[in-house]
Order: sequence, then structure tokens, then C-alpha cells
Amino acid sequence: MTTGSLPDAEITLGRLAEKMRDAVAFDAKLIGIYSGGAWLAERLADMLDGEHPVGYIDVSFYRDDYAQKGLRAKLATTTLPFEVPGSRIVLVDDVLYTGRSVRAAINELFDYGRPDSIELAVLIDRGGRELPIEATYVGARLAVARDLSIVLQRHLDGRLELSVEPAGSVAGA
Amino acid sequence: MIDPRHGFDRKASLYVAAGKVAAVGEAPGGWHANRVLDAAGLVVCPGLIDSSARLREPGFEYKATLESELAAAVAGGVTSLACPPDTDPPLDEPGLVQMLKHRARSLNQAHVYPIGALTVGLKGDTITEMGELTEAGCIAFSQADAALADTQVLLRALQYAATFGYRVWLRPQDVHLARGGVAHDGEVATRLGLPAIPGFAETIALDAIFELVRATGVHVHLARLSTHDGVARMRAAKKAGLPVTCDVAIHHVHLCDVDIGWFNAHCHLVPPLRGTRDRAALRAGLVDGTVDLICSDHTPVDDDAKQLPFAEAEPGATALELLLPLTLQWAKEEKLPLSAALDRITAAPARVLGLDAGHLAPGADADVCVFDPDLHWVVAPSALRSQGKNTPFLGLELSGKVRYTLVGGQVVHEG
Amino acid sequence: MHNPQLNADGELQHLLTLEGLPAEIIGRILDTAVPFVSIAERDVKKVPLLRGKAVFNLFFENSTRTRTTFEIAAKRLSADVINLNIGVSSTAKGETLLDTIDNLVAMNADMFIVRHGQSGAPHLIAQHLSATNRSHIHVVNAGDGRHGHPTQGLLDLFTIRHYKRYFRELTVAIVGDVLHSRVARSLIHGLTTLGTPEVRVIGPQTLLPTAVEALGVHVFHDMRQGLAGCDVVVMLRLQSERMKGSLLPSAGEFFKHYGLTVEKLKLAKPDAIVMHPGPMNRGVEIDSAVADGTHSVILPQVTFGIAVRMAVMSILAGN
Repeated sequence: MTTGSLPDAEITLGRLAEKMRDAVAFDAKLIGIYSGGAWLAERLADMLDGEHPVGYIDVSFYRDDYAQKGLRAKLATTTLPFEVPGSRIVLVDDVLYTGRSVRAAINELFDYGRPDSIELAVLIDRGGRELPIEATYVGARLAVARDLSIVLQRHLDGRLELSVEPAGSVAGA
Repeated sequence: MIDPRHGFDRKASLYVAAGKVAAVGEAPGGWHANRVLDAAGLVVCPGLIDSSARLREPGFEYKATLESELAAAVAGGVTSLACPPDTDPPLDEPGLVQMLKHRARSLNQAHVYPIGALTVGLKGDTITEMGELTEAGCIAFSQADAALADTQVLLRALQYAATFGYRVWLRPQDVHLARGGVAHDGEVATRLGLPAIPGFAETIALDAIFELVRATGVHVHLARLSTHDGVARMRAAKKAGLPVTCDVAIHHVHLCDVDIGWFNAHCHLVPPLRGTRDRAALRAGLVDGTVDLICSDHTPVDDDAKQLPFAEAEPGATALELLLPLTLQWAKEEKLPLSAALDRITAAPARVLGLDAGHLAPGADADVCVFDPDLHWVVAPSALRSQGKNTPFLGLELSGKVRYTLVGGQVVHEG
Repeated sequence: MHNPQLNADGELQHLLTLEGLPAEIIGRILDTAVPFVSIAERDVKKVPLLRGKAVFNLFFENSTRTRTTFEIAAKRLSADVINLNIGVSSTAKGETLLDTIDNLVAMNADMFIVRHGQSGAPHLIAQHLSATNRSHIHVVNAGDGRHGHPTQGLLDLFTIRHYKRYFRELTVAIVGDVLHSRVARSLIHGLTTLGTPEVRVIGPQTLLPTAVEALGVHVFHDMRQGLAGCDVVVMLRLQSERMKGSLLPSAGEFFKHYGLTVEKLKLAKPDAIVMHPGPMNRGVEIDSAVADGTHSVILPQVTFGIAVRMAVMSILAGN
């Protein structure tokens, strides 16, 4: 697969927003998983109707590969400007693959309190699940070889773009 | 064959009979050898004389015994050694000295010359029976590393020794300035946060000792010089005609405080390893004769006592078997003739100890060291006969190994 | 010379000293501490990183403060923490330091937090572990003799970075008993490694180590001169034993020359911060008005200390 055969990120985002527009709770809180999910959560907050506060989550402290790979070098700070207990949350991520990042995010969220519900919105679902995790809203589905990674980039003007890289250059999701 | 005292340095054969050197160069008439040692490619020199080796008996047998340490001595080519009085109990009674000499003689290895305690128990209060101790076999008197802060007691001890011509060995270190210190007061001790001993702890002590020598006329040997300024003081004292000599431990010829690295307890020594400037001065002093001789300062320490944080670790290093290769190393680095280097561990210590030894003229005791200057070996615990495996040179490769050691004409070591 | 803190891949294996620690590693520890500061503000202050790991607090020297912060930090990483006050246990009975370590290793220790009265004790332990094939066990120096207190140095650096941003522009003064201070040594190494252009030590000759300039600092005996234009003032604790060793005549005289008062602080920059590793001797090295005043960041230092220690332990345990 080459970058040329990837779907356009902006168009796919539009489709994802379409699917979410009538389905998400009016008071749903969007929590983006750094860094691709964070960008998407911000864009979705604008694109969806109503007030959807945005939070950011870094799952580095909850990953299950710490024993093998150690702590990641670049860490961001989980920032949730709202109460988790009693909230209806939509976790947002760029690529859903093994499902391990989402598992880590859910565990981390529960350390903030007990939410009313958690849904998952992803731009790309590439299959290859290693855990029983499914997205509630999916922008596009792709089949991708194991030795490749799908990467979301954000350009200076805010435009989002998908690309393909050899696996291992980016931590798997 | 090299005999520094007689300026002999060429290929020659050595003939030994009845425990003495029979001839050098040409076989005596009617000569028939019981045994021939092939020394082709090797160096034959007088057996080394080590002016300071701790044998740990009596009292510290768990660290080392006469058996192990005298075996180590001859393995290192050392045929005579002087041991300091800081045994347990200290060598302040004739009976202890006699027993030590008797034990050593019966082992038939190197000659042991005990240095007696200058004060009873080394406590620095009352002087010992130096006459009795000399009769028992002591060749000099010293406090080893024990303090003698009371200058009046020191003065009396020196006066008494001077009266009878006894030699006194003193370690120049001001006890108060050195208190609690374990490393040289400089950048390394500051970085490592180690309590430190300033260089002037040595020079202040030297100044005091030289004054007392001037006043009493006693022969003093300064043991274990370590500082640049100390060497300068020695040079001036000798120039002024004072009856003083001094030595340096082989470790201080090669190492300095930087070698402590990350708290290597094998580098915890007394006196401490000092700075590069100090080491350079000691080396220069050895070359120009200000520093008379090199000793091993052999101090076997058990593993448990070394495997401790630096300041708590017992100071000292095992060195009888390293004296020769490390002296050869120094000679190579300074581009010194082998004879000059060997002088510092044969003829010079003989002079200072007052022994007719350290040379190979016909009639001399046949104490001989035969070594291979080019044989490389790695300093490993298994390679050392000494019970002490504590040396900063562990793991390093040295060149120079003893092949045969003869004491009184008998081969006591074959390597 | 081989750096015993780093493993063959150049990763941090132990934290023994800030001296010789590459700036990138220091930077990474400080960056990693940032998210840990916010964890402290949550209800559930735990993350699961060190779950199942046994962290042994080996304190040969008493220190409730430091031991407590390490304990809190380890527990917030979900580790199992065992506290050993060695003064009252085995070593008093004559067990050697390394024997104690071997016994604890047999109890499946993963990490040792070591405080010892002798410089070099953590190095000895790290070397012993490596020589006996237990390189997977990590050692953190919680203060060894006068030599180093690297986690304190790191939390001091974190504090300075938090309030002042760029080390390359700062003038930092360290005041007091530098001679006996492991805190000062660690901070000096950290500051110089991160490019601080002007690091000053201020104190009487009796309390400054020989050749201290070799560490990269400027020496001042006059506190007023030394404080001029400082961005950061770090006050060191003066222990009462120093008066007995004839290093100083009295606490009062020390305060007169080297105590930090509101009036002396005016010589520093108007936005200067005042730090102290604690515990403070009010009226000896620092005036209460300064300790409780607007320039003081002494309390935030404590909070940052837990986050920094969490960062250190989580980086080590992952390597």
C-alpha cells in the first residue's frame, strides 16, 4: 500500500462527523488520545452540533508494553477540563489497530472516576485486533500489511493528512 | 647479569656455592655444578630488598600468614624484607620479635627484618626498650601509621635512639590535619565528597621532624613520601647534610587520585594517592636520588574489609609480587637504565636497612633474583600467592616475571 | 571511563550521581516528571507502571522526609514498597552492606533506594549487582555521604526550569555549607551540564571544599557580592555539628554573614526565587520572612520532588 492509495483524511473526517452528528449524546465529552486523536477531537468539537468539551489523554503510563519497551521518550500530560464521573465520553483516536491503546485509555479514564458511558470514534479502522475492542464510529476501514503503519499528520495550516510508514517508526495503536 | 652496587651490567654467569656467591663471570677452579639454571634471555640481579611489607603475623592471621606472604615475597623476587611493627600485639617486646624471626627462619623463604615499635603499644606515650629489641633482631624503630602527636615524646624518643645509634623510621603526617581524611585534598576528593588530607599535613610533619633531626643527630628514614613539596623539603634537607633518607611506595610512583575513579577501594591507601604534580615530583626525586628507594608497602587486606564504601574500606594494597614489574614499568617510562631502576629495590634499601646485602660480589650471600623482563602476565587473584588480592592493578597486564629466586644459595622459588 | 550508571545501550540503569550524566538524559527525566505533577492532582494518584515491582527503601541514615517522598512516589507507581531502617537492624549486628544487599536480592527486590552516610555506597552496591549478574536490579542514590543527592538535584533543576525556563540565561547562587553538602554537589553538576553560565557558591573558607572552582563555579565569601543579580538563590542547611568542629563559632555569627534576609535578597533580581532542600533552620540560614515570602518556592520543591522521583523510577524500571 502506498500513501497514494490511502483515503483523504479530511474527507474521511467529514464522513466520521456525519456518522456521529445524530448519534452522539448532546453533552458528550470528546477525549482525544495524543496526538492524532487530540487533533481529531478538536476538529470534531467544531464540526458537531452543540457544546462538546474537549480533553486530551496520554496513555503512556497505562500501556501494556512498558516491561518490553520501557517508558516512551516523549510524554504529554493528560488534561481533562471536566469531571469524568457521570460523564458520557467519546474517546477519539486516529487509527484503531490492535486495540491496546484504547484499553490503556479506558483504564486511565477509570482512574479519574466512573463515567456513565464511553464510546469510541476512530478515523481509520485497520483491523488486526488483539483485544475485544470495537469502535462505535468509524471514518473508513482499511486493510494494511503488518509491516506498515498508518500515520496522521497535521500541517501548519491545520490540514490533516494520512500517510504510510514502515512499522516500528511509530508506536502501534 | 646486573649488580647495581658494583656497576656490573653485562652478560655473565654467576657461580654459587655454600650459600654464597663464589664467582662472577669465570667459574672458579675445579668447579662442578649440582644444578645449572639456564638464564638465557633473562636478567640475574641481587634478590630484591623490600623495606616495607606487612606479613600480618602476629595477630592478623585471617588476613595473611607468614607462609603465604613469604611465599609471595620469593615469588616476587624479594629475598629480604622489613616488616613494620603494627602487628597485634605490636612488636614492642623482645619475645614477640624473637618468635617472629624464629618462625620466619624456619620457613626458609625470604629474610625477615622486623622494625620495632618506637613506643609501647605504639601508643605514643613511653619509649620501648630499644636495646633489648635491637638484640632480639630489630633493625630500626617506627610508629608505622600510628600517631605520635606529642612532640616532646617524639623528641625524647629520637634523643634516646640517637644516643645508641638506632635508626628511626617515621611517616610524615600531621595527625590532626590528617584526622578523618581518606583521600588527597584536591579536586578529586571534592568531586567524590571524600574527607580529605591536605598535602601540607606531610610538609608540616617533615618540617618538625627535620628540626628534631637537626637537634638530636638521629638517623631518620622518612617512610612513604607522597607530595611534591615533601620531595622538595627532602632535597633541601639532604643538601643541608641532615642524616635522612626516604622511600616511596610503588603505588605512588604510578597512580594518582584520579585513579580512584568511582570510589575504587583498592585505591584507598595510606598516604593517599595524590595529584599528578605530586606523582611527577616523586618520580623525579627517584631519578635524582632525593628519594632513595622504592618499597612495596605490601598490605594484604581481606575481601570483606575492602568491599565497603571507600572511606570505610581498610587501606592498603598487596604488592610483594608487583614490586618488580611495576619498577620495570617505571624504568621503561622514564627511559632509565635497568641498573639504575634495580638499584632502588636492591642496593639502596640494603644501605638504608644497614644490611650487607643487595649485591652479588664474591663472598656475598647468594640471594638472587632471576627474572624474565619480557614475560607478560595478567594481575589476577589466581596469579598471586599472597592471601591479599587487593590491588589497584587487578585485571591489568604487566611485564616482568620472576623465574627463579635463591635465598642463601637455595632455590626457594621456581616460576 | 565507563559510566556505571548507563547500560550497554546508553540507557539509564542506575541513578547514582548527576556528574557525567548526559544533558539529554537529565532533560528526559525533567520532561517525564511534568505529567507526574498532574497525577498528584487527581483523586486516584496512581498509575500502574511499577505494579508487581518491589522497591526497597534502604536507609542507613535516618531521614523521614526523603524516605517518605520516595515511598509516596513508589506507591503512586503502584509498586510494593518495603522500608528498611538499617541502623536498627542487621548492620548493627555486624552484617556487611553487601550481605544485606544479597539477602534483599533473595527476596526479589527490583529496585533499591539507598541512603548511606558514606560517599560511594550506592556505587559499591551497583557494582556488586553487576559483578554478581543482577544487572536488572536498579539502584537509586537517595544521598551518599557528601557526594551526591541526584534526585534532589533533579527536583531543584525541575523547580528552576518551572519558574525560569532557560538555564542558559541564569545566575544561580548556592549559599552555605557546600563542603559537607551532597545537595550542592549534585545541583552544581546538573546546572553546569545544562549550560548555566554563572553558578556561584557563597560561604566562609571553612565551609567551601578545596578546588571547588574545578567544578565550574565562582567562589564568593561576601554574600552581598555573591547575591548581586541572581535569578535563583539556593540556601543550604547548616547542621549543628559544624559548630562543634570549629568550622564556625556560632549559628548567630553564621546568620549574620550568610543568613538570607529580606534586605539581602533585594540584591538579587526582583523576580528571584529562593530555594531550600529542607528541613530549614529558621533564623540560622534563612529568615522566616523570606522562607514564607513571595520569592520562596520551598513548598513547591516538595511537590515537584515526588513527581521527579516518580519519573526517575519509571524510566529506570522500564530500561
